[in-house]
Amino acid sequence: MSTEDLRYHPRVPVLWWTRKPSYFVFVMRELSSLFIAWLVLYLLLFVRAVGRGDAAYADFLAWATSPWLVVLNAVAFAFLVLHTITWFSLTPQAMVIDLGGRRVPPAVIIGAQYAALAVVSVLVYWLVTR
Amino acid sequence: MSQSIRLRVARYRPDKDTEPGWQEYDVPLREEWTVLDGLNHVKNEVDTTLSFRWSCRMGICGSCGMNVGGEPRLTCATFLSDYAPGPVDVAPLSNFPVVRDLVVDITDFMEKLPRVKPWLIRDEEQPVDEGEYLQSPEELDAYKQFSMCINCMLCYAACPVYGLEPEFIGPAAIALAERYDLDSRDHGTRQRLDVLIEQEGVYGCTFVGECTRVCPKHVDPAAAIQRYKLKAAQESVKMFLLPRALRR
Repeated sequence: MSTEDLRYHPRVPVLWWTRKPSYFVFVMRELSSLFIAWLVLYLLLFVRAVGRGDAAYADFLAWATSPWLVVLNAVAFAFLVLHTITWFSLTPQAMVIDLGGRRVPPAVIIGAQYAALAVVSVLVYWLVTR
Repeated sequence: MSQSIRLRVARYRPDKDTEPGWQEYDVPLREEWTVLDGLNHVKNEVDTTLSFRWSCRMGICGSCGMNVGGEPRLTCATFLSDYAPGPVDVAPLSNFPVVRDLVVDITDFMEKLPRVKPWLIRDEEQPVDEGEYLQSPEELDAYKQFSMCINCMLCYAACPVYGLEPEFIGPAAIALAERYDLDSRDHGTRQRLDVLIEQEGVYGCTFVGECTRVCPKHVDPAAAIQRYKLKAAQESVKMFLLPRALRR
């Protein structure tokens, strides 16, 4: 027999991530990082506009209400929600917490994260609206 | 229930084919028959040229892993009746080179596995006359789940990272590294970490989570990898912050 490699080497198809819902959600979660980076940039621009005074703030608001930006931010927010939900649901696998010799159930770890998110959200809301 | 079910089996005969194709066989549909029973029926009664691997028929040896209906499964534990009325697609495990029909080349895995030293490493061996290394039930529980791995490689077939970056050491190897790290009798953590802290080690994983979903033994390799990432990150911080004398 010749030394030629007769094995068949399968290639991963370009659209491999459309084959299963779980692969699709995974790729969307990876993609969400771009939108999260955008939201951070948007927040920084917002803070800068506030710091520069009334005129800059009014300009920012006018820019922020342009339809394409509203659509972009709505999409970015949807990705942010996806990222948060999937990330929270993955954490019990990474974190093994023992309390009193018993492993803390995954639902408690996930629940604690949502509770922390709610507390921080209420705090931010209070800071902004007071 | 109909009396037979159609198997669509991937065929690749390296002497004839340049790429795999499909061949269909009708096999009896019996409630207690697994996909492996169907394949054995084909091999014994219909087409002796069909090639596939199997051994124990009881979900322990890990050699009969194939893609059934597009999912990596142990064919000895997958029942034909679950796919009725059919057809059932049976293909070799993804992400591995195909040697022939349903047989894949597992050399890559066999080379990667010993790199994580999946055996007990002792700083000092205890003399035999001192008896066994004793372990409490709690110490056993710490690693028991990860010790259930049967090296069936379904997790590698489900992992798109391994498919795209074959250098990635992979889910089962990391789960087995974790199994020995968590063993109270073992002192080899440092040696395994040196291997797994590299880019092709734990950091190759981007947490798809499919490895855990397809594992027939509920080993949860995804958890092992994330726990290892935490360990590797702590080690990196320690290396950066602590003076040499204080490092482990």
